[in-house]
Order: sequence, then C-alpha cells, then structure tokens
Amino acid sequence: MIITSRFFNRSELIGFVALALVLVVILPLSLDVFRLNLVAKYLTYAFVAIGLVLCWGYGGILSLGQGVFFGLGGYCMAMFLKLEASSVENTKIQSTPGIPDFMDWNQITALPLFWQPFHSLTFTVLAIILVPGLFALIIGTAMFKRRVGGTYFAIITQAVAAILTILIVGQQGYTGGINGMTDLRTLKGWDIRPDHAKIILYFFEVFLLFGCIFIAQFIRLTKLGRILVAMREQEDRVRFSGYSVANFKIFAFCMAAIFAAIGGAMFALNVGFMSPSFVGIVPSIEMVIYTAVGGRMSIFGAVWGALLVNFAKTGLSESFPQLWLFGLGALFIAVVLAFPNGLSGIWADYVQPRIDRLLALRKSKSGSPWAGNSVADGAPAE
Amino acid sequence: MLIGHQPKPFLLAVEALTVSFDGFKAVNNLSFYVEENEIRVIIGPNGAGKTTVLDLICGKTKATSGSIQFRGKELTKLKENQIVQTGVGRKFQTPSVFEDLTVFENLEISYPRGRTVFGSLAFQRDDAVKQRIEEVAEMIFLKDRLDTYADQLSHGQKQWLEIGMLLIQDPELLMLDEPVAGMSVSERAKTAELLNRIIKDRSVLVIEHDMKFVEDIAHKVTVLHQGQILSEGTMEKVKNDPKVIEVYLGH
Amino acid sequence: MFGDYSIGELGSIFVMQGFAGLILFSVYVLMALGLAIIFGQMGVINMAHGEFMILGAYVTWMTSNLFQSYLPGLFSGYFFLAMMLAFLASGALGMLVEWGLIRHLYKRPLDTLLATWGLSLILQQAYRSVFGAREVGVELPQWMLGSLKVTDSIEVPINGIFVMGLTVSITCAVAYVIYKSRWGRQVRAVVQNRIMAGAVGINTEKVDRYTFGLGCGIAGVAGSAFTMIGSTGPTSGQLYIVDTFLVVVFGGAASLLGTIASAFSISQTQSTLEFFTSGSMAKVLTLLAVVGILMLRPQGLFALKVRK
Repeated sequence: MIITSRFFNRSELIGFVALALVLVVILPLSLDVFRLNLVAKYLTYAFVAIGLVLCWGYGGILSLGQGVFFGLGGYCMAMFLKLEASSVENTKIQSTPGIPDFMDWNQITALPLFWQPFHSLTFTVLAIILVPGLFALIIGTAMFKRRVGGTYFAIITQAVAAILTILIVGQQGYTGGINGMTDLRTLKGWDIRPDHAKIILYFFEVFLLFGCIFIAQFIRLTKLGRILVAMREQEDRVRFSGYSVANFKIFAFCMAAIFAAIGGAMFALNVGFMSPSFVGIVPSIEMVIYTAVGGRMSIFGAVWGALLVNFAKTGLSESFPQLWLFGLGALFIAVVLAFPNGLSGIWADYVQPRIDRLLALRKSKSGSPWAGNSVADGAPAE
Repeated sequence: MLIGHQPKPFLLAVEALTVSFDGFKAVNNLSFYVEENEIRVIIGPNGAGKTTVLDLICGKTKATSGSIQFRGKELTKLKENQIVQTGVGRKFQTPSVFEDLTVFENLEISYPRGRTVFGSLAFQRDDAVKQRIEEVAEMIFLKDRLDTYADQLSHGQKQWLEIGMLLIQDPELLMLDEPVAGMSVSERAKTAELLNRIIKDRSVLVIEHDMKFVEDIAHKVTVLHQGQILSEGTMEKVKNDPKVIEVYLGH
Repeated sequence: MFGDYSIGELGSIFVMQGFAGLILFSVYVLMALGLAIIFGQMGVINMAHGEFMILGAYVTWMTSNLFQSYLPGLFSGYFFLAMMLAFLASGALGMLVEWGLIRHLYKRPLDTLLATWGLSLILQQAYRSVFGAREVGVELPQWMLGSLKVTDSIEVPINGIFVMGLTVSITCAVAYVIYKSRWGRQVRAVVQNRIMAGAVGINTEKVDRYTFGLGCGIAGVAGSAFTMIGSTGPTSGQLYIVDTFLVVVFGGAASLLGTIASAFSISQTQSTLEFFTSGSMAKVLTLLAVVGILMLRPQGLFALKVRK
C-alpha cells in the first residue's frame, strides 16, 4: 500500500531534506560556535516536542509535566559528569575530597548510595532511558488504567512537575539545589567545554535527533499510529475493537518521556549544567507551546517550533524583555484560537498549494515524477 | 441446573443480571439464553433497559450482580477488550467510526490481529489483510471508497462502515443497537439485505424498533419492560401476548 | 519527630499551626470556590485564575493607598470597599475574557488550558508594567492588627479571624446563589443539558458569561484576603494555581462541600507538617499524598461518579 511502501511521502521528504540541510549544513556554516551552541540548546527541546507530537498530537494526551522527564534525563547525565568533575584530585581543597562540591558545602561527608552507580557511563546511559521511562510507566499505568485522562491527567502531570522541582530545590545536599549541577567538565576524560567539542556535540545531537525523528515517523506509520488517532476521537470504539486503550496511552506517554529524557541528557552535555529551572511547571508548559507552534501533528513542525520559539525568546528578551511575555502569551492564545495546526498547518494551507500549482504548471510541460501520489498518505497537517 | 440437560450448550447465558444506578434498577434480575446461530431481537418501550443489556454484555457497564456466560466464560469479570477477544462484537446506536482515518484504515484497525501494543507496531499490511478488507468493503457497498476519509461518508455509509468493522472482527455473537435507525428507505432496504447476509453462521442480538424489520429477521423476540422480561418467544406469540399489547398500546 | 516536645507543647503547636493552616485554608477555599464553579459547572480549566486573584490584591492595595492619601479618616473601613471593588474588577475582566476567548473553546478543554495559560502570562507582564516588578504590601487598619491571647501559649491573629469570617460568609453566599437562587438553577440546568436549557428559554451564553465572571470575581475577593497574609507581586498568583487545582480535583469537582473538605485537609496537612520538617518538604509530602490518593481514587473525595 501507499503508506508502508514509502517511509516519507513527498511533502515529508521535502520537510526532511530541508531540515537536514538547515541543521547539518546551513547553521554550522553560518553561525559561530557560541550561536551554534545556542541552537544545540534549543534542539534539546525539539526532542521533547517530538515526543509531545506522539503523545498529545496523535494520542490526545496532554502532558504538562514533560519537564520532569527532561529533568530526569538531564540530571542522570549531569550526575555522571559531575562525578567525573569531582575527582579526588580536582576537589582536594574540600573537607571531603572526591564528592561533588555542593555536597561538601552541605556538610555531606560521603557519596550517597544512589549516586554510586553514576560512576559508570553504561549505567548512566541506561538510566537516562530507563528512569524516566519507568517513571512514566508508573504514572501512566496508575492514571490510564483507571481511565483518568484529559484535563485531570494534565493537572496531575503538572503537580508531579511541581513536586519534583520543590524536591530538587529542597534537597540541595543531594541535588545541588536551586543552582543545579554546574561546572561539568569532561566525558570520559574528553573535555566538553572547548569549541571543537561543542561542534562535535552539536553534530552528535543532530544525529540523535534524526534518530528520534525516524523512530517517531516509524511509530506514526505503523498501525499503532493509526490506533492513536482512532483513540483520540473514539476511545470506546477502539476498546470495542479489542484493544486495551490504556496500554496504548501508556506506550505513547512512555515514548514521549524517553524522548524528553534524551533531550535533557543532551542539554546537560551541550550546555554544561542542569538545574531545576528546566523541570518545573513553567518550562513544562513552554515545551507544549513548541509542539503547538510547530503543529501538534507534525514531527518536523515540532523541531521548527522548538527552534523558532526559542530564537524569538532569545531575540526578544535580549532587546525588549517586557515584550517577551506578552509575545509568548499571545502565541499561546493565537496558536489555540487561530492556528490549531501551527506552522505545519499554515504550510499545508497556504504554501503547499502554491508549490503544487507551480509544479502543476511545470508538469503540464513535462511529465511529473510525482504523478499518482495521492494526498491520502497524510500531509503533515492532519 | 437445566443448562446441563440441554442438547447443545447455550452460546450466551444471562442469569439474574441486575444493575442499579444510584438505587434505580435499570436491569432487574434478568435471565435469557441465546443459542448458536440464533437471531434474537430485543424490543421494548423507551427506558426498558435494552441498550443497558448490550452495555452489560460488552462490558461498557459493570453489573451490580448476576452472571453473563459466553461459551462458558464469565464476561462480567473481563475488560471490554477481552470481551471482544472472546468473540463478542458490538455496534453502537450512533455510528462510531474513526473520522480522521480512511475507510481502509477503519477496517484495518478492526482486523483481529496485532491487538497488543507491540503487535500493532509489528503489524504488516499483507495480502491476507488487504484481501479481507476488500472483501468486506464490497459487502458493505464501500469498495470504491476505500481511500475516502470516514468524515466524508453519509450517515448510512457510516453505519455500514461500522457494521463492516464488526464483520471483519468475525465475532461469534454480534450485537446491533438499532442498525437501521436514521436511514433513508433505500438505505434501509440495503441494510436489511446486508444484515441478512452477515447474520449467517453467527448469533445475533439486535435492538430494533422497526417491526417490519424485526419480523423479517427474528427467530425469537424478547420484550423488555422496566428492566425485566415481559414476554419471550416467536414474533407471533409475542405479538398476541396481552401483557405486551398493554405496554405498547397504552393503559 | 515528636520526641523533643512535651504533650502540652505539642498541643499548642498543633493549635497554632492549625490556626496558621486555617488562613491558608481560607485562601485555598476562596481560590478553589471560583475555580470549582468555573471547572465544575463549565468544564473550563482556567490557568489564569491566580492572576484574577492578584488583580483583586492589586485593587485592594490601590484602594488602601487612595484612602491613606485622601480619606485617612475612613481608613479603618477601606477594606470592605476594597473587597467589593476587587470582586467587580476581577469579575468584569473575567466576563471580558469569557467573551473574547473562552466561549470559542468550550468543546476543547485542553486548548482552553493552553490559552488561559497564555492569558496568565500576558496578565503577569501587564501587572509588571503597571505596578512594577517589586512586591507590594498592604497596610492594614489598626483594628485588624494584633492578636487575641487565648491561653498562655496560644495566640491567634485578628486578621486571621477576619479572613476566616469572610471565607465563611462568601462560601455561604455562593452556596445560596448556586443552590437556591433562580440564577443558580439556570446554571445547573445549563450544566446538565445545554441544548435543552437553551430550548426552554435560558440564555445559555449569558449564563456562561456570568458564571465565569462570578468565579473570577470570587478570585478577586480571595486576592483581597491574600493581601493580609502575603505581599503581592506580578507572579504571586502562579504559585497557587497548581495547589488550588489539586484542591478542586481532590475534592471532586462540582462538589462544593468536597472543595471545602479538601481545602481543609490539604492546608492542615501542609501547615502541621511544616512545623516538623522544612517548608519545602512539607509541600512535597502534601502534594505527594494528594497525587497518590488521586491515583487510587481519581474521582476525588466526594464525587459520586467517575468522570472520563
């Protein structure tokens, strides 16, 4: 059939090529390392946004607690990096050398048990995936098996984000508190701070991002993707077609959590610190706006949304700090009231038809290679 | 009990079924039995508890007490999706199809394979699936509309699509809630023809108001009134039952 | 945890913390009442509710300043006028928001949530532009200062008693309006069957607008009360929104009694725990307990049916 035979349809292929071109060629060539590192930071949110496309756009499950998973992934990575930066040699001026500086400041004299395994990179990588994944599994099972959804679920996830933030800030001896984990230096002895390291990390992140895009696209194209859409509109019909609706929701929520966690881990690596200000209610709901701006049904749109909103934020808050909140607030309202399908909707409604018309003009002169490709395989908008 | 002496076990045995909503007994100590390949029609005035009975069998509503046995399995303890997997299919009163999906995709979702999370990830649209979908689409008069999104279909076509979705599940017991309601005369005739074709080789439980239609298809009729059985038997017997006449024709 | 205190001391601690908790309870109840009306009756999640409360707080602050400058003789009574003005200002803004934003989104609860969050950001920035980023405090009239000495070790502040009295009267008034007045019947009719209510001649749009306005107006009064226990800043409202939502959900939306009971249990738990652990751990433990209970009993404490 149309869908299984080709991984990307035409407009998705254009989207893929355009994104790859921008991320792999144009941005690295045109930006200095500082700005490229900023892009790397923005892209960490793109991971979250892609997860939300699956979970919210397709599954209809709005999570206002993605910062939790972003944070768990980020903190797992940061714990590993922090331990490496806190070798006995580096910390000999502390009263207890060999433990992270913030522990020393808080009169902790031995590395807490739950920190111990983060000496191992293998464990850390597994933890980045498994800790948020399992946490999402627990929340998802508890909520979806009892048929809690919609706004209730959104509020519970928001409360979880609040709890985790307060906990991190309050337990500063174990977490670094409000300042977070700073002064991260090396990864297995390789310094992550100099310019060339930042460039390598950027490309590694883009590589991972495309990995996630492919996974998300794969899920979208399987029957599971269609079941998510079906579930969003007729939950009961899916149930009475023999599916356990809760399990599918749990799956979508866990995938979104894992994507967010990968983003968080990349944040710790690229930005060099992790703090509770990326975990709480406000950052979590901002992560939703990236997806909403990009178009909640569009995987590529999510990446663009994360990039553009953050560029706008940096640009506006540098020059007109008061305007930024007005702008962000207006964005929330506009994207809900006027452009529910975000950028990808605007693209599909206004830009795509023009391109099609141009192509049609050309086609009338020569045969088009795209002939016979119906719209049925889903433009990114819907 | 009697069941043991029957020559053939019942497909569906509903016994002493009761459900109460805040004290109101919508279904009250109800028992009835459906045999293999039997077409049973449930009729009754509004509020008699007809739809609730179907809700109870398919697990949408949980029973307060009583039992529902399907092929010896107790359904009241199962979840909706497990009930479907034992072979019970349900069509709702209002057409419930997936409007954001095509007719093909609607039917595909109902195809009884890959119903777990990972099963659906690994699900392949192979020839067997395509062939079956095309076969069913032909039956439900939608063969040339496979790539149409379901929101473009007419009311009657949506009803057919939903019937098709049930058909592809191939349930042993098919439950239909007013399958011809809201249809035009020509659609009605076509639906009757469709139903007559699909009810072969399976048991069917139908709720319907259209008496002409009921007479056409029913083997046996159960009349519900206030959550209890008022009368049961052939159409002829039920029609002449004075209790039924009183309930239907007034006081 | 309790070992270092004598029984008598523990008793006093519980009473004093209990009373401190009662003021928190009052703010929770007033906030949650408005939210519960809007959420329970209209199914709308108003994330900007905290900002409506803060509007009330700013109105109170402005009124107190006005009285201080122009009517110092009447200063002792300014608070009553301030409360009314706060109600009117927040209520009017609420009706405006309903007209401009909410009514387009009744079928899309998750989108309302995002849109009202956007609104809350705009309001916060507006407050910052108009009133400045610094927190402002309201000067209380003389008679509200000081405290009543109940026993040697137990003192209760007068403004706390006042806030509670206020909460009780407003709750009764709301209960009366919803359950007894003609308008309340209309609201409930619209909730149960919008189309039917429209068909029997109820102006459903007007009912929606006034319901939303009432909810926001109560938040404004909550803001007035809030000025007595905390200082007002542009983002003070945001700190309360999740707590208040939990209060509403925990109580079982649509149940007035449930809202009050859940506000009581949450605020008392938090306040009592606060004395024995740090403030942040008290909050974490309270929220964890609430979320945990909600996972076991998603319909909340007092709701009869599980909502989907």
